Amino acid sequence: MTDTTVTTAATPTVSSSRRLAIESMSAYYGDVQALADISLTIEPHTITAFIGPSGCGKSTLLRTINRMHETAPHAKVAGSIRLDGVDLYGANVDPVAVRRKIGMVFQRPNPFLTMSIRDNVLAGLKLQHRKVSKTHGDDITEMSLRAANLWDSVKDRLNKPGSSLSGGQQQRLCIARVIAVEPDVILMDEPCSALDPISTAAIEDLMINLRRDYTVVIVTHNMQQARRVSDRTAFFTVAGAGEPGRLIECGSTEQIFSHPVHQATADYVGGRFG
Amino acid sequence: MSTSYRVDWRRRLTDRSMTVVVTGCFVAAMVPLVWLLGTVVTKGLARFDWTFFTSSMRGIVGDGGGALHAIWGTVLITAATVAISVPIGVATAIYLTEYGSGWLPRLIRFLVQVLTGLPSIVAGLFIYALVVILAGPGARSGVAGALALSLLMTPVVITSAEQMLRLVPTSVREAAIGLGAAKHAIVATIILPHAASGILAGVMLGVCRIIGETAPLLLVAGFTDAMNSSIFDSRMATLPVYIYSQWQNKGADLAAYDNRAWTAALVLIGLVLIFNLTSRLITHRFAPAAQGVGD
Repeated sequence: MTDTTVTTAATPTVSSSRRLAIESMSAYYGDVQALADISLTIEPHTITAFIGPSGCGKSTLLRTINRMHETAPHAKVAGSIRLDGVDLYGANVDPVAVRRKIGMVFQRPNPFLTMSIRDNVLAGLKLQHRKVSKTHGDDITEMSLRAANLWDSVKDRLNKPGSSLSGGQQQRLCIARVIAVEPDVILMDEPCSALDPISTAAIEDLMINLRRDYTVVIVTHNMQQARRVSDRTAFFTVAGAGEPGRLIECGSTEQIFSHPVHQATADYVGGRFG
Repeated sequence: MSTSYRVDWRRRLTDRSMTVVVTGCFVAAMVPLVWLLGTVVTKGLARFDWTFFTSSMRGIVGDGGGALHAIWGTVLITAATVAISVPIGVATAIYLTEYGSGWLPRLIRFLVQVLTGLPSIVAGLFIYALVVILAGPGARSGVAGALALSLLMTPVVITSAEQMLRLVPTSVREAAIGLGAAKHAIVATIILPHAASGILAGVMLGVCRIIGETAPLLLVAGFTDAMNSSIFDSRMATLPVYIYSQWQNKGADLAAYDNRAWTAALVLIGLVLIFNLTSRLITHRFAPAAQGVGD
């Protein structure tokens, strides 16, 4: 029932738009406020990068988008996030249904160690109790692994455990796993921070391809990476320990890196602090 | 600094003497173990014959006879105990790690801790009282024995399963949550398979705890000289109780009773060993591959 709230409202507009509108979002861990009053629009079919020093709340904001934040103990949020007009924090919205529309890739590759490569790709469908026939499962596996640039290197060992892959391949497997459940939005929380430069380059190429079909949001500490892959950049900062993170400015990546409006942004992207 | 590469005799002496102490302690710990095994094997081999494994004690006075009924009883009662303890234990552990919050899990953990230290005779008496209420005085059965042993085994399973479920990395849980999985699906599809090998090791620990129990079985499962294949009906012999009764109620031919007791002890140790090795093998097969993040 709550499932349909998201699905029916989103389905008719899916091809035209996958716009996320974040309005007055605040997030808390117990009594500690991690984010203060963030308002930001994330444009469809673009890559938006969240940058800023550690503790500025960029990961927390990312985790509020798919309602992952509230799974932490004593975590709370205030504000709203709309995906194509539907408030993801509305009274009748099931957070589980939100996460089916908004996939997430994590900082460290986290394939399911008890599963083969193929089962990892299909894990989301299995977890959502979607019945998949053998041939359909094969198709989804191939499509998802191709979309994640991993098919050619694993097509002969789909039944091997996911842990047999290198770190970069594991991260692409995790991306394939997200693609297989056909989300509208893909969130990436520092997806390359545990990877070497070659694997990072492979993931970055992949992100640029993903932009065609998905709205992508990436958190990164690497400013070169934000500059290389993102279309838009949001810069966050924090006044000090225990203070909430704030959005300083958001604009096209070109503008943020070349002529930012705020001095704090200029200092950060210029490498003068943080 | 001409002295810096000199051998430091004091440090070397401390190192040597500590090595001697630690090795000595190890040997001291091994002596009784080896001695015990040696005694049981040498004395147990006297009756380690075909008859011992194929006949009961029915109508036997003196030499001959065997422990088939007791071996069978131990296997049945242990299997019934596992069938009762494992579902309850694992379900409780899942509640504690995945669902419980507030005061109830803390209360359960406290009670489980108390139960872990429960003297086995008390478990036996409790089930004895229960059986008397339900089935009348004098009633004995294998299933009553299994219930008493379950009181001892369930806390072991809960504690070890809870630890194993907690070891499932947060990153794996988050991956499943992020894929839009409901909680029950995450538990069934991701968390349980991940923890399966560890839970199995805990079950093995629990079985080792109860397979040698004597007192509660003496009270509620009783003893018999004959085969009994129904755990729901009448007295059932088990190996520990068999050993006790052979030693306690000796007939005229003392050696025959002693030898049967030693052989039963050897068989009991053998059962534990076989069980241990089997579950190690299964554990090894099911263990999730180590988290390998190559660079």
